[in-house]
Amino acid sequence: MAKAKRPLLVLAGAERGDLRALEDYRRVGGYASLEQARRLGPGATLEEIKKASLRGRGGAGFPMGQKASFLPSPEQAKSPIYLVVNADESEPGAFKDREIINRVPHRLIEGIQIAALAIGAERCFVYVRGEYLSEYEVFSAALAEAEAAGLVSVPILVHRGAGAYICGEETALLESLEGKRGQPRSKPPFPALIGLYDSPSLINNVETIATVPKIIELGGAAYSKIGVKDSTGTRVFSLSGDVVRGGNYELPHGAAFRELIYDCGGGIADGRKLKAIIPGGSSSPVLPADQIDLSMDFDSIQKAGSFLGSASVIVIDERACMVQLALRIGQFYMNESCGKCTPCREGTRWIEMILRKIEEGRASRAELDLLVDVCDRVLGKCLCALGDSDAMAVASYVKHFRAEFEAHIDRGGCPLGEASSLAGVRSPVDEIYRGRVGQEAAL
Amino acid sequence: MAELFDEIQTLASRYPERKSAVIPALRLAQEHYGHLPPEALREVALALGTTPAYCRGIASFYDMFHLAPVGEHIIDVCTNASCALIGAARVLEAFEHELGITAGETTPDGRITLRSAECLGGCGRGTVVSIDERYREPVEPEDVPALVEELRRG
Repeated sequence: MAKAKRPLLVLAGAERGDLRALEDYRRVGGYASLEQARRLGPGATLEEIKKASLRGRGGAGFPMGQKASFLPSPEQAKSPIYLVVNADESEPGAFKDREIINRVPHRLIEGIQIAALAIGAERCFVYVRGEYLSEYEVFSAALAEAEAAGLVSVPILVHRGAGAYICGEETALLESLEGKRGQPRSKPPFPALIGLYDSPSLINNVETIATVPKIIELGGAAYSKIGVKDSTGTRVFSLSGDVVRGGNYELPHGAAFRELIYDCGGGIADGRKLKAIIPGGSSSPVLPADQIDLSMDFDSIQKAGSFLGSASVIVIDERACMVQLALRIGQFYMNESCGKCTPCREGTRWIEMILRKIEEGRASRAELDLLVDVCDRVLGKCLCALGDSDAMAVASYVKHFRAEFEAHIDRGGCPLGEASSLAGVRSPVDEIYRGRVGQEAAL
Repeated sequence: MAELFDEIQTLASRYPERKSAVIPALRLAQEHYGHLPPEALREVALALGTTPAYCRGIASFYDMFHLAPVGEHIIDVCTNASCALIGAARVLEAFEHELGITAGETTPDGRITLRSAECLGGCGRGTVVSIDERYREPVEPEDVPALVEELRRG
């Protein structure tokens, strides 16, 4: 039984169809918030964003208003202030930014213009994931229409990436946008002072920026009453994995996993049992099934030992082998490590190698301890969170499902065998070991 | 190729610093050559005022650039967590069966390259398959013969 329909904010107006045309977006009140922001002026506009307590939707959850307040004022700044929108969505499990661009591209453009006005930006850059070709086209078409209608006063440049998960990390994104390999920078200095082209820069996720028009419309104080304390507003939850109706569902922060998975997603097919939940994309530590009634907000999930991240919920049912799942996730981080920091570059390979041995039944119990030890030696020792993500995620699989790991070791192979939903899964790493097409042999 | 040189100049003029155009410029060069052979890297370097080695360093970092030849068509099958849970392995196997190659290979006629891919961002509608940068979702093993036939005909 689905609960009463909750009001949408980010995806508002798109219930019955995408709002790609300017005319359609106008019909649901589009660009009225931009006019309102122009009347309010930069200071009062930024004040509304601060009052809303809007936390970043990309993964880290840092309050947008606070991040913006680290920027110098346009008068103080020695070089132009830039707004950079992170549309490099690549976290396994996340597909919300893609949906926002496809369904409400003008809300993103409106949010960009309001945010640019609030911080006095001279130019805006939207870094779109390379694989998102259709989304690049949809956004570019909407932008052209908005420009022709005179709605874009701060110029927006759309830049396509070329396939690298790490470019979602904000300083790696800046490097990539500057035409370099996407390798994270050392912080400080923070991008608010020295960012893109050494200029003060504000970097925010697509969903964060697309939330801004509704904040201006409702007022920051009213917006902050939606959701729960310290996790205000709604969230576009990406629901995937072993669930009947996967998709994006916008719910207020504080809704329980049960509502998302069972009411919105129709539960698990054929009455199978829930085994585990990944709450915020592959980087976030896995939670056991008994957390089904946990509130989906930043603090509750952190207290449970994980994090909400990009709000990408992956449902895992009883057929899954958790060693295979940990291995596939470990292969991803090994594949995507940029190679700059040694603990990550080497650690992600060690983690993958040990997990592979365990899955294939070639490992000893001592190697399971070694796996946890390697995770510990990666955690907190690198410039960015990529290695941490691998270490925390993998360690969580061992923590909650240790008996499964031990059973692999003791029995000399996967106890589930072909019955595992992940049986036979492969990754690009398997191909790279053999010398991948289109690339010279890498290893 | 004078035409490529000019197109890269147009790209570079959009950015505050010309070097920012290296990704779009390499993409353009790859469209011209099919992959990025040394002469393509030299042309991009010349157009942007940098070195072929620099361009090679960029091309080797990003997955969408190919320093060695690939098939005319590329099929990327997502095998990351969400798709893996719901049977991406079966979809990849169906492509292998249909094409007569193993993931990571190109058909002997040079037409089609098959790869497994990291998360493509369509997790709720898996298994996601990207064919020549256009997404097909969801793809089930039984959809595969028609998808391959479509490429062979086209």
